[in-house]
Amino acid sequence: MTIGINEFLTVSGLLFSIGMFGVLFRRNTIIMLMSLELMLNAVNLALVGFSRHNQDLDGSLFVFFIITVAAAEVAVGLAILVGLYRKRESVMADHLNLLND
Amino acid sequence: MLNLLFYIFATMTLVPAFLMVTSRSPVSGAMYMIASFVGMACLFVLLEAFFLAILQVLVYAGAIMVLFLFIIMLLDMDEAEDLRTKSLPSMAAMIAFGLLLVTVLSFFKGSYDGPLSPIQATTTTTVVTEAIDLKAKPPALPFSTKARTFGYGLFTKYMLPFQVTGILLLIAMVGVIVLSKRHEAQGGKQEG
Repeated sequence: MTIGINEFLTVSGLLFSIGMFGVLFRRNTIIMLMSLELMLNAVNLALVGFSRHNQDLDGSLFVFFIITVAAAEVAVGLAILVGLYRKRESVMADHLNLLND
Repeated sequence: MLNLLFYIFATMTLVPAFLMVTSRSPVSGAMYMIASFVGMACLFVLLEAFFLAILQVLVYAGAIMVLFLFIIMLLDMDEAEDLRTKSLPSMAAMIAFGLLLVTVLSFFKGSYDGPLSPIQATTTTTVVTEAIDLKAKPPALPFSTKARTFGYGLFTKYMLPFQVTGILLLIAMVGVIVLSKRHEAQGGKQEG
């Protein structure tokens, strides 16, 4: 069995599923943010795979932009977490139940 | 050989990713995440995207995970979380995971069979000496392993997105500073 784009897409899909599972399953917001990064990474892998398959550089250039946006998103997300931790002394999602009632 | 390398790198990516999701403490989760990112960089190398592989290690494993670890250390919030697998949200998450897995695997099954075609030799990496006409129809960018073609694409076809990304980074920087600044209380300075 030769390795083609299909196998790379399968790995990408598995990674995306694991990332989504992490966001839904965990209650620690730090791990949730990491799972978000995992999902973005899975999309990167699929984009590079298609870029290689179609002999076209546009997909790889898009990965460049995704990496930049991911870095900005993590910085802002972690700053929000720091502010949250200062107020509530916890980063667990089930402790943040102010709007629960 | 390529097959063996692919399976090794895919395992290096997928297994730490799953361990990250199921690890109880955030610190070990971040460590697994670094391993997963390195495996992903190896997969990029197999796809002959060498520049992106380096970028992946530098930005993700280098910068982003260090930021995560720094915040975990700074706030000292390495509290272990008990993973309740029996609660309703967890069951819903598992069902969603299974459904997504089945969908993804059946969607990709056999749709792009066949090995990867070799990269065609191109001559587009010529040095542009004259002024670039930004109004003209952008040229097609063939796949290339050289970092130079990345620069060429970013500064011709994707000039506007490139600059918008710069502004986005500036906005993020200002936003982070504003968010993490301690606001002074009305009477005087708040206790740090």
